[in-house]
Amino acid sequence: MKKKLLCITLTLALALGLSACGGGNGGNAGGNNGGNAGGGNAGGSNADGNISGAAFKLGGTGPLTGGAATYGIAARNGAQIAVDEINAMGGIQFELRYEDDAHDPEKAVNAYNVLKDWGMQLSLGSVTSKPAEATSVMNMEDRIFALTPSASSEATTQGKDNVFQMCFTDPGQGAKSAEYISDKSLGSKIAIIWKNDDVYSKGIHDTFTARAAELQLEIVSDTTFADGNDKDFSVQLTNAKDNDADLVFLPMYYEPASLILSQANSMSYAPKFFGVDGMDGILAQPGFDTSLAEGVMLLTPFNADSTDERTAAFVAKYQQQFNEIPNQFAADAYDCVYAFKMALENASATPDMSNEDLCSLMMTQFTSMTLEGITGDGAGITWETSGAVSKSPKGMVIQNGAYVGLD
Amino acid sequence: MNAIKNLNKTTRNNFLTYGAVVLAYAVVQLLMGSLSSSLKGMLVPICAYVVMALSLNLTVGVLGELSLGHAGFMSVGAFSGVTAAMALQELIPFAPLRLTVSMLIGAVFAGIAGFLIGIPVLRLNGDYLAIVTLAFGEIIKSIINNLYLGLDGKGLHFSLLTDRTALDEDGLLIIGGPMGIGGIQRLSTFTAGFVLVMLSLFIIFNLVNSRTGRAIMAVRDNSIAAESIGINITKYKLIAFVTSAALAGAAGTLFAMNYTTIVANKFDFNASILILVFVVLGGLGNMFGSIVAAAALTILPEALREFDDYRMLVYAIVLILVMLATNNPAIQGFFARLRGARKGAAEQ
Repeated sequence: MKKKLLCITLTLALALGLSACGGGNGGNAGGNNGGNAGGGNAGGSNADGNISGAAFKLGGTGPLTGGAATYGIAARNGAQIAVDEINAMGGIQFELRYEDDAHDPEKAVNAYNVLKDWGMQLSLGSVTSKPAEATSVMNMEDRIFALTPSASSEATTQGKDNVFQMCFTDPGQGAKSAEYISDKSLGSKIAIIWKNDDVYSKGIHDTFTARAAELQLEIVSDTTFADGNDKDFSVQLTNAKDNDADLVFLPMYYEPASLILSQANSMSYAPKFFGVDGMDGILAQPGFDTSLAEGVMLLTPFNADSTDERTAAFVAKYQQQFNEIPNQFAADAYDCVYAFKMALENASATPDMSNEDLCSLMMTQFTSMTLEGITGDGAGITWETSGAVSKSPKGMVIQNGAYVGLD
Repeated sequence: MNAIKNLNKTTRNNFLTYGAVVLAYAVVQLLMGSLSSSLKGMLVPICAYVVMALSLNLTVGVLGELSLGHAGFMSVGAFSGVTAAMALQELIPFAPLRLTVSMLIGAVFAGIAGFLIGIPVLRLNGDYLAIVTLAFGEIIKSIINNLYLGLDGKGLHFSLLTDRTALDEDGLLIIGGPMGIGGIQRLSTFTAGFVLVMLSLFIIFNLVNSRTGRAIMAVRDNSIAAESIGINITKYKLIAFVTSAALAGAAGTLFAMNYTTIVANKFDFNASILILVFVVLGGLGNMFGSIVAAAALTILPEALREFDDYRMLVYAIVLILVMLATNNPAIQGFFARLRGARKGAAEQ
């Protein structure tokens, strides 16, 4: 009897002890939030009690571990560079913290709550789509303004007035790819290989086929794969080859795409390959023979080879710090932080404002301002009230192991 | 105190388990104001995982069959329950009632799935059964990943592989294949989770302590001997398996209704193994252990966030250490001595 009681007490003590750890600070990139460590903040309210007064607390969740980690890490690194630059300038100061969500909505909500306990005032949302769908609702309820660098599904912003995107939506990408292929007459017979249990892949595939039909592009092969059987693509490639497809459209992330490229190579099938922004990152994948990706085209808003001064400076800094060429996720996150800077300056916001006040200020700013970013073209980046971004994509081709602009 | 002592050991343990759950609920409710958002956000998932662990413990601990596809039933419960909640939105405006009805529907569908899967599966035993349950878990995942289900004025429409539901203008596509379900109203509350945990405990304890439960345990301990005294093995295996599946279904609904979006890939093989880890760590057949293990292991990864990139590595190491510690004869002996010393002291 007594032992049981002891057990229960110990369990409760353990549970509370753990919660105290969870409520405190984690290892953050900024490293200067020691002041609000300790157990869950009293009073239950989030941001108000924790404002440090000196810097805006900017938080985001993304896959820093697991299969999609490249995207989360790239976004975090891109945002970190922007934050470092802005903090060095003086004026507006940011404190950045990224938490791992392992590309899982459940963990994303946990990560979001950790950030909320930390006192997040402005949010970079989530990096990937499904987690973003789960966290954007929390952003909406807690009135913490969010600008996601790369969560591209429409559901991320739908029905939420304070969640904005820096990337194109999935349907937008599909239609734009079809238009691009048609405009530049890149192929006459098109094959599509897509992942039928993935929101991102499906969203692009559906709008691509719809737009392709309108533009009278001929789709000769349409094959799928799913989680668990994403290692062998001989069936899909043979189908494309037998139907004489001269362009293979790959709306997917770069991991399966890299396997498709090497398997196509081993069956000496060499059509043009066309990818979307998920293909970005293929060159940085460890163990991948970059010569296989030679000639692969992709549609992405960011061109790391651009001669634009800011882009070049960003790429150089990124290479120096993280030893790889930044992809579009890093660039989008970089632009996100600058977008926040611009909006905060325009609204003359101060770091001691509550997240609710900042939220309404940001909502008016974002729908009215035009940002000159590294992911847009000369016309700048603007936002619609729905939260969707409006900027133009760039066609890229991989040459000699680097991304080069197509135009 | 004497009244408690006079009860038999099982009943006493059961009441202590109920008591511990009620106490934990009361303490959390009292501290609700000062809890971190992080912990508050985990309360409902903890309840769902506790029920998952309890229900799997019925299959693994009481029935003695290793199931590696338990997340499949959670998935069936999640998707059918959420679909029901969305379809009943106008019919039952009162949220707690809608949640209850959805959980019931989730439980029924998962129970049916358990029954259908149980018929072929329970003819096997041991490793074979484990592998087949694993396969069924994957089949459920694939089916839901390719299922499209929509609702409009004319009723429910569904199709497989591609979206051919052809809904009216005002129709609502509920399950969108790989996109899963989006725009879920978050009805789950900690209280609902607590009630479900209590209900699961009640069902499991009463089942185990009944004639049926003793028959199930006889099948576990020696199926040939059980059969020779006239116990219908398949029937009792099915009873345990279906009950376990139904509880998992209710837990699935509770879990899904805590998030705005749910995808079938969430309930994969890894999820099944995670639940099995709760059960093994808590002790086979030990319901109280399952509860503690499920709660602790759900909080643990979040508590380890300060380790950053090494988080999951530390989590794995902690898991190994706990497994070693709980199975260490020296430590078990220490607790046994402690108990012995207490008893001695009490007698004097």
